[in-house]
Amino acid sequence: MTQHWIDIKNADVVLIMGSNAAEHHPISFKWVLKAKDAGATVIHVDPKFSRTSARSDFHVPLRSGTDIAFLGGMMKYILEKELYFKDYVRDYTNASFIVSEGFSFKDGLFSGYDPATRTYDRKTWVFDKDENGVVLKDKTYQHPRCVFQLLKKHYDRYDVGTVSAITGVSKENLLKVWDAVAATGKPDKAATMMYALGWTQHSVGVQNIRCAGIIQLLLGNVGVAGGGINALRGEPNVQGSTDHALLYDSLPGYNPVPVAAWATLADYLKANTPASKDTKSVNWWQNRPKYVVSLLKSWYGDAATAENEFGYGWVPKIEPNVEYASLFMFDKMYKGKIKGGFIYGHNPAMSMPNSHKIRKALTNLDWLVIGEAHETETCAFWRQPGFDPKNVKTEVFMLPSCQRGEKDGTTSNSGRWHMWHYKGYEPMGVSKPMGWMVVEITKRVKALYEKEGGAFPAPIQNLDWYKEYDADLVARKINGQFTRDVTIGDKQYKKGDQVPAFPMLAADGSTTSMCWVYAGSYGPGGNLTKRRDHAQTPMQAKIGLYPNYSWAWPVNRRIIYNRASVDVNGKPFNPAKAVIAWEDGKWVGDVPDGPAAPMADPKGVYPFIMQTEGHGQLFGPGRVDGPFPEHYEPAETPVTVNPFSAQMSNPCMKVAESDMDALAKPGDPRFPIVLTTYSMTEHWCGGGDTRNTPPLLEAEPQLYIEISQELAKEKGIKNGDPVVIESLRGKVEAIAMVTVRMTPLQVAGKTLHLVGMPFCFGWTTPGVGDATNRLTVSVADPNTRIPEYKACLVNLRKADKVTELYR
Amino acid sequence: MPKTFFIDTSRCTACRGCQVACKEWHQHKAVPTKQTGTHQNPPDFTPFNFKIVRFSEHKIDGQVKWLFFPDQCRHCLVPPCKDAADAYVPGAIVLDEPSGAVLYTDLTKKLTIDQAQEVHDVCPYNIPVRDRDSGLLTKCDWCIDRQQAGMLPACVKTCCTGTMNFGERDDMLALAQRTLAKVKERHPQAQLLDEEYLRVVYLVTEPRNLYHEYAERRVPNRGPMSRQAFLAMLARPVTRMRG
Repeated sequence: MTQHWIDIKNADVVLIMGSNAAEHHPISFKWVLKAKDAGATVIHVDPKFSRTSARSDFHVPLRSGTDIAFLGGMMKYILEKELYFKDYVRDYTNASFIVSEGFSFKDGLFSGYDPATRTYDRKTWVFDKDENGVVLKDKTYQHPRCVFQLLKKHYDRYDVGTVSAITGVSKENLLKVWDAVAATGKPDKAATMMYALGWTQHSVGVQNIRCAGIIQLLLGNVGVAGGGINALRGEPNVQGSTDHALLYDSLPGYNPVPVAAWATLADYLKANTPASKDTKSVNWWQNRPKYVVSLLKSWYGDAATAENEFGYGWVPKIEPNVEYASLFMFDKMYKGKIKGGFIYGHNPAMSMPNSHKIRKALTNLDWLVIGEAHETETCAFWRQPGFDPKNVKTEVFMLPSCQRGEKDGTTSNSGRWHMWHYKGYEPMGVSKPMGWMVVEITKRVKALYEKEGGAFPAPIQNLDWYKEYDADLVARKINGQFTRDVTIGDKQYKKGDQVPAFPMLAADGSTTSMCWVYAGSYGPGGNLTKRRDHAQTPMQAKIGLYPNYSWAWPVNRRIIYNRASVDVNGKPFNPAKAVIAWEDGKWVGDVPDGPAAPMADPKGVYPFIMQTEGHGQLFGPGRVDGPFPEHYEPAETPVTVNPFSAQMSNPCMKVAESDMDALAKPGDPRFPIVLTTYSMTEHWCGGGDTRNTPPLLEAEPQLYIEISQELAKEKGIKNGDPVVIESLRGKVEAIAMVTVRMTPLQVAGKTLHLVGMPFCFGWTTPGVGDATNRLTVSVADPNTRIPEYKACLVNLRKADKVTELYR
Repeated sequence: MPKTFFIDTSRCTACRGCQVACKEWHQHKAVPTKQTGTHQNPPDFTPFNFKIVRFSEHKIDGQVKWLFFPDQCRHCLVPPCKDAADAYVPGAIVLDEPSGAVLYTDLTKKLTIDQAQEVHDVCPYNIPVRDRDSGLLTKCDWCIDRQQAGMLPACVKTCCTGTMNFGERDDMLALAQRTLAKVKERHPQAQLLDEEYLRVVYLVTEPRNLYHEYAERRVPNRGPMSRQAFLAMLARPVTRMRG
């Protein structure tokens, strides 16, 4: 989240899209309802009428996978009716930037596309610069290649009629939502956007969120109270695990993973440290060398020296054009290219797409180590229905993990609040924290390398490893320490002192930090994640900002990009809900994005400090599939024509290809129904924990499929009937929940049915059903490789008998 | 001072935190359930479910309405169940004067099956359930143990939306009236349910019969009870109601 949970209450409009917030983030609704109490309009755009819709002012059903069309239409509406926040757009976004002459967009493709590799060469997605290297701008937007004009032209095609026909949303409903959101393009109004996996889990997932970014910038809703783009993180520590590089493509603190082409640290830093010639641009990533060196130093300790590039050579490098994401890891496993591995707190036999393939892939392993609190479908894959354990060669080691309540540690919530939690009781049986498992295994591996050597022992031998697992020590190392006595300004720090904040991190080996964004969480003042102090100033009280409660990254800033909440003189756009204000030569309120004076001051800076040129990016050249979001159909789509271009699906989408990965053709008459999958309040992800929590299983006991009354009638299905759902990849049994909450949509002139299913029910809990993901596709967004769980094609029929469900 | 619950269903998201918290506090075992085409489970009260969130859905004039009703004993000011039980086993059902709670004691075991059925039948909200194994008559116990220890009832403590409220009766009735006035702006049909007679006061936004059968006060097998009949029932000694 750019904001935090409490800030939702400051919104004038709450747009919940790509999220079922009330069900999946129940606490969010404490604040949504407070916003509503204060007069906010709450809108839910989602294929299904859910518990979120029930508490919203209105619910608008749309076809899964058409968010970009919906939001692209909103952009056109805002631009044509001039509802954007003019000062904000002119001063704080790149609307005025002149884009290179080489840039083009024709019939669904941006310039630089190579059909052979299904990738773009992005060299034309750049800005023209003057002789000093500063970006050329036209603040009047007269230049035909300024971002404002390109944006307008791009979305000119997204008229209400076309958008309505492809999304299945009535024109009336489209205009109702567009009007309500666009009304916040005023200095004293804000809309918040709450999204989750309903936006991300598409082959255009990242571009869905880019739409939100563009709209919020046009309306001046980024940086202000009650605004922002708010990714609702599921488990409290989804945020923390992302910060600490859960994903294959980053090192902790959002630093790219090294690729083979960057053989030396100098190569790496050169490729990843942006420069701006604009003196008003803070260009925060120019500090990357300090963060990366401090990270290496915390991994390798005294062994990391300037002479050996702080151990950069010991860090694994990935190859270009090789896929490493989990979807492709299982693809490689299926193809016999992976021999063994570790899985912690993850149930891919349930939660990865195309489960039949995933489950088959696991049998190709020689060995598998699992850290889990329960025996999940992944732990027990070797004895799943239809498998004879005698024919499965994999040796499986199950390490019992304790639950959160049984251990100390931190989690980072959606609002980036880093919070300590205390052990409430002793772990059950012989279960241990996963941190303990990693420490102990690595200790033993290290000892083996020291005793026996190996092909490349240095990375292991040189690890500055723990003597024993200690959550407090890990928290201190994440913050970072001085490795020698240093003087910064007029302050002296001793070797071993905690680093006060990331401005003190250095690229010379004098500091460590396992994740620079957390520097300051455990500085000389102690462990701030334990703070539970409600003290605040009257200004902070107005917007529900609690600076002394826990600690938020970065540097305890609660609303990021908050310099965009004030005008160029530092005066809040909305004085009643001011986030920061420039008063008597200093900032008050939240921790500002840097101490520099307001932008109009000769020493002032642009507000978007993480962007190289300091401006919010309407034109976003950083994504691999386009600088502007464009509507493409899901990999499996019920329509045969994309009204916006000849490109049916995302030209860059990633597809795992194997004999088990069939995809239905657009409009395949065998599979005319769109399936979307989701979680629910009562069960968490693949259900490993919650199906083993009896009161939760009691409340939601078995797999269901939500279908409209119209579809039920067409198929002769009654509420409560068992049904079989089929895709090109598998069959699943479920109980029909025939409901007025699902609505057939009119799409491209035809009636289209959508159905929805949770994916949490698995065979290790007898009689509850089995993996819904046996139906879904091995297709992913090209930026993140998140799979397209939210849209695929199925058919269904009443079942004569069922074997997976107790009746 | 006697207390009161105020349950504002206009805020309920049916997260069922209350339903689960109630089970956990009472260490109630899970009952076997099945998916039958609704999110509501268990379908009704059991000896191990004192609190259940009821779901009902309607499409009225093209508008979907999904209604949630966190159901529980209403703790009547003059509880008919107590009158009924007193006729057979005094002390089986007691009114705890300081708190206002209607409490079922171990003596409910001494009620015969027929007597227990009679106690059940006089409840206008279809609440009490007899545990066939223990013979106890069961329902919401007001979390009397928590309250005597200075804690909120489990269902109120866990509620994150402001649906479940608990406090001094005067404060809760005032909150209910204030909330009703505000909710009526968006939901003109909103009303409080029988607030003068109950210590568990519901605010609903739609006609009460849309929520579930017993959101209305009823004489079982005879349909909805008029206000007059309800008052008369509260006023009459229960023994005269038989036959």
